[in-house]
Amino acid sequence: MLRYTVKRLGSLLASLVVASLVIFACIEVVPGDPASFMLGINAQPDTVAALREELGLNRAPHERYIAWVGGLVTGDFGTSYTYRSPVSEIVVERLAISLPLAIYALSLTILVAFPVGILAATRRGSLTDISVMATTQLGVAIPNFWFALLMVLVFAVNLRWFSAGGFPGWDAGIPAAVKALTLPAIALALPQASILARVMRSSLLDTLSEDYIRTARAKGLTGRQALRKHALRNALIPVLTIIGLQFSFLLAGAIIIENVFFLPGLGRLVFQAISQRDLIVVESVVMILVFAVIIVNFLVDLAYAWVDPRLRSRT
Amino acid sequence: MTLLDIHNLALSIHGTPILKGISLDIAPGEVCGVIGESGSGKSLTALSAMQLLPEGSDCSGQITIAGRDVLSMRESELCSMRGADVGMVFQEPMTALNPVQTIGHQVAETILIHEGTSKAEAMSHAAETLARCELPQSRFPLDRYPHELSGGQRQRVVIAIAIALGPKLLIADEPTTALDVTTQAEILSLLRRLVDEDGMGLMLISHDLAVVTGLADDVFIMKDGEVVERRTARTLHRDMTHPYTKALFEASGHQPDRTDSQIEGSLLKVENVSRDYLLPRRTFLGAHPTMRAVDDVRFEIRRGECVGLVGESGCGKSTLTRAILGLEPVQEGRITLDGRDVFTEPDVRRKMQVVFQDPFGSFNPRHRVARLVSEPFHRLNRAATTDEVDEALTSVGLAPSDKHKYIHEFSGGQRQRIAIARALIIRPELIILDEAVSALDVSIRAQILDLLVDLSVTYGLTYLFITHDLTVVRSIADRILVMHAGRIVEQGNTDEVFEAPRDAYTRRLLDAAPKLPV
Repeated sequence: MLRYTVKRLGSLLASLVVASLVIFACIEVVPGDPASFMLGINAQPDTVAALREELGLNRAPHERYIAWVGGLVTGDFGTSYTYRSPVSEIVVERLAISLPLAIYALSLTILVAFPVGILAATRRGSLTDISVMATTQLGVAIPNFWFALLMVLVFAVNLRWFSAGGFPGWDAGIPAAVKALTLPAIALALPQASILARVMRSSLLDTLSEDYIRTARAKGLTGRQALRKHALRNALIPVLTIIGLQFSFLLAGAIIIENVFFLPGLGRLVFQAISQRDLIVVESVVMILVFAVIIVNFLVDLAYAWVDPRLRSRT
Repeated sequence: MTLLDIHNLALSIHGTPILKGISLDIAPGEVCGVIGESGSGKSLTALSAMQLLPEGSDCSGQITIAGRDVLSMRESELCSMRGADVGMVFQEPMTALNPVQTIGHQVAETILIHEGTSKAEAMSHAAETLARCELPQSRFPLDRYPHELSGGQRQRVVIAIAIALGPKLLIADEPTTALDVTTQAEILSLLRRLVDEDGMGLMLISHDLAVVTGLADDVFIMKDGEVVERRTARTLHRDMTHPYTKALFEASGHQPDRTDSQIEGSLLKVENVSRDYLLPRRTFLGAHPTMRAVDDVRFEIRRGECVGLVGESGCGKSTLTRAILGLEPVQEGRITLDGRDVFTEPDVRRKMQVVFQDPFGSFNPRHRVARLVSEPFHRLNRAATTDEVDEALTSVGLAPSDKHKYIHEFSGGQRQRIAIARALIIRPELIILDEAVSALDVSIRAQILDLLVDLSVTYGLTYLFITHDLTVVRSIADRILVMHAGRIVEQGNTDEVFEAPRDAYTRRLLDAAPKLPV
């Protein structure tokens, strides 16, 4: 297990280095001057020159790369050109919303998808199964921004249980903050839970037809015991893969939902930075997102090994 | 008193009748063999006794186990019967165990759910049971996972699960079919010992006459959901009266007529071939250790000959086959077909074709037979003509009109005929038959062997016949190569090798092979 972990850590580091090189190359090295790009076509040459100096673009690419990576490691992400404040501060502020929102949405996803998927698999072909399949199909098909607007209409405008958008900040107390994130989390979780429930169902159905389930029944286990003790853990392997992908998506891909609910999250930050050509912010946020995705994949790999002993012993 | 008494059992699945009035009984300490070809209903008879039938099954008649009526039991009563009073061993040891649980845990589970003992007691009981099944704690600790064991060892774990609580009845459904001959002999003697020690009744289900008659006291012959004959095993070969039983015996020992084949000149030459596989590195930047799968192998096959290559799983015969087909590079040596190197002159590969074991998995289910059969033509850069397809199908005993059908419309034997037609269509000189008859029932197998012999005469074919089944190889091969741990340990004329094996491994292999009484 230790050996496996060390190997996964090694590949994690390698992925980070490659990702940082690719991002740096895309933004700073490929033809085109970042400074004149940031300032637009009507910029004065001396303004561009000043910005080049400020961004350190006159130095050799490898020096700039080392300086950039060195900054990333020490938490110095540079200063945003549009916000005129340190990128690290902006990112931390935004992450304080995006990360809890992603975790919240993923928890809802899992809490709904597992029981629903298991229920449908154990009652294959029944009315329960058919309605689960129909509902989840609908859940995948409905655009989540539309669903979000619908929820705003029902729960905020009519019932007045929630506010229609915005975020009071964590200073307003955890209940208030969680409440503000609830509708966005549900909107994000709906399609994800639908997908995950379907994956759980089909994976469990595959596992239930395996020979070792028959062995378990021949030992005298009831159908339910065989499911709980033998089928579930084996069925988790494809489910974990999907959960990993979903978390990465939820962290960075919530732009539309953040816009619907006026949440100042990471997705909106990237979106604004791109439209304002604030390359320093784009570069850093992309790197942070890559970092998050790689970490999540690493955790998924560890979870695989926890579930499946065959992976642990493979050297 | 009888232990298992099945009386007039009928079973239908979704309205289709499967079993028709089966009657069968087993006394304590008795081994009862159930013989039948695929689809005869032998496994479903066993599953009826356990009441582990597929959905949509409807059972009628009477099944009593130790005096209790199984068909009237509630599900909770059945659960307390399964595993405690009746244990079951299945065919496929590779998939019968849960891959994510330790073997100790899986054996202990049987004890835990029935006895309500503490986990520690269950584990120590599991250790004893595994030791009885010849998996001592010193070499096979309880925390091993199934993937760390071989097929035979896994089957011992499955047996340990089944006998942990000393059941009165043990049902073994093809327990050795997936195993090598030497492992098969060990598992069979283990089963015999457990029956003798515990006085269990054993229901041994197999398609293999030799396996069953070697172990059972009584045998039941099944065909199409009915028991057609019941005899004492030792005298079955003398007393049998039913034509089907006689046909089974005939087919099991079937000898195709090979008098017409002509052997001349050399076709395939394998000279000092070795193949190494790289194993994963032990240290971060260290060199890859290697594993020699084929070790300095040399032999020759003459035109018109049928050469048998026998060996147990992992001996390197598949690697050698792929090397001959030019699909896998070799580290040393040379392989030539008709004097031309299979690696440097890949064109020569059109002179050989291969037929695999699995008649279900080796065809694309979405293509029609005409397209499947004409696949090898990509080597000739032209399409097959209708005449060529028709002739290939006719030569293997199918009708030209079959070319419009899909593969699922054919039985296992017919599929294997299609596989042979596919190999035949570009008129190869050498056909490699990789366990090509191993998955077939004996009667179908006999037909395919006859077909192969006919084709070899008609088309002047040479065969390399790879198998683990010594009976088959004896009936068809002119010469035999015995492979063990990557090396050819013995080669010679079939009769000589069978009558007077020189190598110790060959002797072991021959001793372990179950034999039909004569």
